[in-house]
Amino acid sequence: MARRLLFEHINVPGINTFDVYRQQGGYRAVERALKSLSPDDVVEEVKKSGLRGRGGAGFPTGMKWSFLAKPEGVPRYLVCNADESEPGTFKDRYLMTHIPHLLIEGMIVSSYALGANTSYIYVRGEMMPQIRILEKAIAEAKAAGFLGKNILGSGFDLELYVQPGGGAYICGEETALLESLEGKRGNPRIKPPFPAVSGLYGCPTVVNNVESIAAVVPIVNEGGDEYAKIGIGRSTGTKLISASGNINKPGVYEIELGVSVEDFIYSDEYCGGIANGKRLKAVVAGGSSVPILPANLILKTVNGENRLMTYESLSDGGFATGTMLGSGGFVVLDEDACIVRNTWNFSRFYHHESCGQCSPCREGTGWMEKVLHRLEYGHGTMSDIDLLVDVAKKIEGNTICPLGDAAAWPVASAIRHFRDEFEWHVTHPQEAQKGNYGLAHYADPLPAIAATV
Amino acid sequence: MSDKVKVTIDGISVEVEPGTTILNAARQIGGEIVPPAMCYYSKLQGSGGKCRTCLVKVSKGSEKDPRPMPKLVASCRTTVMDGMEVENITSPEVVEARKGVVEMLLINHPLDCPVCDQAGECSLQDLGFEHGAAQTRYEFDRRTFERIDIGDKIQLHMNRCILCYRCTYVADQITDNRVHGVLGRGDHAEISTYIEQAIDNDFSGNVIDVCPVGALTDKTFRFKNRVWFTKPVDAHRDCPTCSGKVTLWYKGEEVIRVTARKDEYNEVEEFICNTCRFDKKNTSDWVIEGPRAIANTSVISSNHYETLKPLPVIQQNPALMAANKEEFERTKKS
Repeated sequence: MARRLLFEHINVPGINTFDVYRQQGGYRAVERALKSLSPDDVVEEVKKSGLRGRGGAGFPTGMKWSFLAKPEGVPRYLVCNADESEPGTFKDRYLMTHIPHLLIEGMIVSSYALGANTSYIYVRGEMMPQIRILEKAIAEAKAAGFLGKNILGSGFDLELYVQPGGGAYICGEETALLESLEGKRGNPRIKPPFPAVSGLYGCPTVVNNVESIAAVVPIVNEGGDEYAKIGIGRSTGTKLISASGNINKPGVYEIELGVSVEDFIYSDEYCGGIANGKRLKAVVAGGSSVPILPANLILKTVNGENRLMTYESLSDGGFATGTMLGSGGFVVLDEDACIVRNTWNFSRFYHHESCGQCSPCREGTGWMEKVLHRLEYGHGTMSDIDLLVDVAKKIEGNTICPLGDAAAWPVASAIRHFRDEFEWHVTHPQEAQKGNYGLAHYADPLPAIAATV
Repeated sequence: MSDKVKVTIDGISVEVEPGTTILNAARQIGGEIVPPAMCYYSKLQGSGGKCRTCLVKVSKGSEKDPRPMPKLVASCRTTVMDGMEVENITSPEVVEARKGVVEMLLINHPLDCPVCDQAGECSLQDLGFEHGAAQTRYEFDRRTFERIDIGDKIQLHMNRCILCYRCTYVADQITDNRVHGVLGRGDHAEISTYIEQAIDNDFSGNVIDVCPVGALTDKTFRFKNRVWFTKPVDAHRDCPTCSGKVTLWYKGEEVIRVTARKDEYNEVEEFICNTCRFDKKNTSDWVIEGPRAIANTSVISSNHYETLKPLPVIQQNPALMAANKEEFERTKKS
């Protein structure tokens, strides 16, 4: 059984209540940090741990914290990004539902490290039950003296607020989240200035994912060096993976970074193999935004090495043959899945969620969605496929926020790896309405790379 | 030593105040190297960064940190650093990206310039002419909206809107209370006054002037005449609310429209009040100063566009000549 840090006590009955959580050793990190560590020590521990942002981009959390500007007389804010809306990702919701005190403990320690006296948890509007759970947990923690004025006699004050969002995907982008939190329309801001300099209400702000903040708790409990021993290379620690799709055991799994993708899909400890005895066709490894990979490329890198669940191994091969760990939304597609339909579905989502601020994303996402719809329903032409590649290229990198990239990558990668299937939809429009292209050659072993001179 | 910073755009150096944006530095140089801007408006604080037509490549960040910027940046919102080197039309990547943005702006914009009141003074028309493709690749229905009257003098036609947000910034900054915003999201977002409330403000008419396209038009002028058949004349009057400096647009001896004075980048010099704009349409109300100088790139003044004279650096470089091929060919037709 692999090591679990965040979900160690997830199966203890009543772990969502303060008393049980405390009995299981909860809030030790708060005691340790506030009584024996200075804020800078905590930042140093997080830096040593090598923790990387769990929201998708994988930016080192410790470094993000050390960039926070600290001008005199200006409040600083910590904002927890719980606006989890990426299709295929549901780890934060699971964490907040079952072990809310872990997030609150992480918020207290992180706020202490950053010197924030007011912190916010921005939760997506659809997650009303989780908002209630968090509010109840905050009230419990406050009653026990872990929140409010002069926590544990250390002189550190902290007020924690839960703010429901309006349910827009774009508000998961950190600057759009801050706009929304300020009560404005959730449009991403133009960077620079970055939130570390001018964030919430123009004050220095750190925005972190739920899981990143929760991971601070084991880091403070056990020390950054201990945490860094788990994992491989620059991918340290454990990661929550939301596994879904055509697998036997969908759910949220905590893995040590470095488990091989093959193990993760087929071992009984995790996904337990493909459901109904089907064969694996493709995997979206990190939530809908990351490039989709066919079975042969997800299990082995182009160099013939086993692909591992780490930031580096998954992105091995760049955009040509790799993908990204992203937010850990692991969607498995079996041989009956239609890649064109899947791509259209993702595109439809991005079209619906584009904020409409900058033109390439506003117009381009809708355009891609319409072309993909046409292809899926058998009215496409061969030139549509090249058109999609071209439109995706013109969106990517030319927008204010990463939503444009996130909309372009799945389309570009699906065409890169599954061009045959798109062409089949054009050449066999009738059959495409009734059946599927099937597995074809997508699981064939990769050809050995010819030695290059 | 002055505290000015030196920036090089397409091989031309200029010294500007620290904090200047790349776009404004380029405007100080002038000419073909100025990136086009659809949403940025120098008189409106916070505008810009949205349309992405002004994307440029920063090939050298600064003297201290010479690394290039990883992505193309919006020149209207990126400030210059000392020693920065910027490529605009000398970068095939930028020319390509700009073409892409123009195409995106046009996919939901009706291509019916002959019946649009803005034709002849439309920034998108110019942009499409200079950077767009000859044909559209978009084969779907364009989004459509009903026309909305904002008060009795202004009409909003969302079909033509490119969501530059300029008019909302006017509402925010020129007028006292916010009456104008954006509803909805994505390509179905729309400019609205919410339940079609009339904008009741002395300066509301300026939304017409800042609109780069024909989405917001003056109902007292709509379809009275094509702008290139009118004669612009500078004039002023003693106005208690604004500066009173305007341009009168004559048809024969009749003043058919009053606007603020626009510069070569289609930005007004000073905002004018609604009384001047809508109610003073007699020559006797005004003191005439003389003919309005309109940039000779404008169809209003000369009925043809200026030909593109490529910079020496482009003429010597076959790759750059190829990247700008469409632009050159277009200007050869007279």
